[in-house]
Amino acid sequence: MTTARGLVGLELASIGRRYGDNQVLRDLDLTIDPGDFVAILGPSGVGKSTLLRILAGLEEPSSGTMTPIGDVPAGGPTARMMFQEDRLLPWKSVLDNVALGTKGQRDKAAELLAQVGLAGREKAWPAELSGGQRQRVALARALMHRPDVLLLDEPFGALDAITRVTMQQLLESILAEHPRTVLLVTHDVEEALVLADRVLLLTPQGITRDLRVPQARPRHRGDAQLAAWKEELLDGLLEADRAVHAATGS
Amino acid sequence: MSDATVSVAPAVTAPGRGLGRLPTPHWTTLLPWVVPVLVLVGWQWASSTGVISAAILPPPTDVVDAARSLWSTGELQSHILVSLRRIAVGFVVGAAIGLAFGFAVGLSRIAEGLFDRTLQMVRALPHLALVPLLIAAFGIGEMPKVLLVTLGVIFPVYLNTVSGIRTVDEKLIQLGRSYGLGRGQLIREVIVPGAMPMILTGIRYALGVAWLTLVIAETIATREGIGYLAQNGRDMLRNERIVLAIVLYAGAGLLADQITRFIEARVLRWNPNYRKAAR
Repeated sequence: MTTARGLVGLELASIGRRYGDNQVLRDLDLTIDPGDFVAILGPSGVGKSTLLRILAGLEEPSSGTMTPIGDVPAGGPTARMMFQEDRLLPWKSVLDNVALGTKGQRDKAAELLAQVGLAGREKAWPAELSGGQRQRVALARALMHRPDVLLLDEPFGALDAITRVTMQQLLESILAEHPRTVLLVTHDVEEALVLADRVLLLTPQGITRDLRVPQARPRHRGDAQLAAWKEELLDGLLEADRAVHAATGS
Repeated sequence: MSDATVSVAPAVTAPGRGLGRLPTPHWTTLLPWVVPVLVLVGWQWASSTGVISAAILPPPTDVVDAARSLWSTGELQSHILVSLRRIAVGFVVGAAIGLAFGFAVGLSRIAEGLFDRTLQMVRALPHLALVPLLIAAFGIGEMPKVLLVTLGVIFPVYLNTVSGIRTVDEKLIQLGRSYGLGRGQLIREVIVPGAMPMILTGIRYALGVAWLTLVIAETIATREGIGYLAQNGRDMLRNERIVLAIVLYAGAGLLADQITRFIEARVLRWNPNYRKAAR
């Protein structure tokens, strides 16, 4: 499981998305370097998930362009998305869920299941797993396609605190072994600071904070610098949240 | 990471085993049979002592005797066979039509526009009201009986198939798309299995309708079948044959229901709600 090909980044230029009268994203310019782990924070309704869905190809932007940069494969870069809900097909075994959309690669699927700590559970039905285990399967499924870009839409948001930390560590160790470009949308400031190389604060005004996190991994959650940033980002989030509420009158 | 390597017992426990329910001892498996057995014993007692006139409701032993003598002449087998054939042909044709239209309408806007309104209108006709018309059109042979069963089966299968397809989780369809499934794969791997619980419910309901329809259809001038057995029993004042026919209908309906339950438990074994029925 070595990735022979190089890393792909993305250059977004004045991306916008509107639903009827509702302008969710406006003139977003963002360059994501190949191999970067970018976390996006922001109040609800600011278009974080919409951005991921556009990158995943699930939605078309109303305006703007996306250009892959770096070592771009011939057919264009691939992206796979992981959601807050596991979205496993309940009628397929765990192994078949991981192998979804591939042919004759069950060995690889089994290998990935072992990597996420679920060796021996290949034949189990999703209903027999815990929430954390199901997200592990979803992660293995996302990695199965060897996407150039991994899109994570609050993947651990529904998990309990301990399971969440375990999953963060798992993600970190897998990415250390198989580096790739990652976009993580989260509400958890600490999660963003512990995992990402770069943390963005997305507000109705656009990207209002763009933070490089140079700390070596694995990061210590009690790190003084991280704590200071956490405070600062939380303030920014609260302010943006108030702005959103003021704008919508709620 | 160590928690994942521990083999975890299935997270799904049998429903009803939770709080407020004590573990049940073995003999309780016999409980459901207590009332039926009591009814049978009471019936035998009532009609053999004359509390109920044996001419109207013959005792179970008479019914068993009637069954035995009809079996020995081979009549019973041939009646049952004829009825089973009517059900089988009518049901298979009806279910096939219902599934075909259900999938077409569920999956294609064009098919929906073309057929749905018409089918909904036809559904409003009570199919049993068509008996005189069917006799006028097809006489009293096998055709009107089988056709009636077919008509009764089409709509429950059709309606459940359409709504089964409509209610497949949109998020799973989206997931399938974003993971590179083509339209054919999406239908095979996401839509059909997702619609399956409702389709099977429709089929089970349709089986009930089919037997009910057959009872009516077999009272139309018949010369064979379980319904004929009942008609004939009435004409010859042999009520034990009428009761036998009723018991046969009931048994056949029960058997059909058990078969679909078994199929449900197999096909839907991924679903914890159905798995318990498999045991």
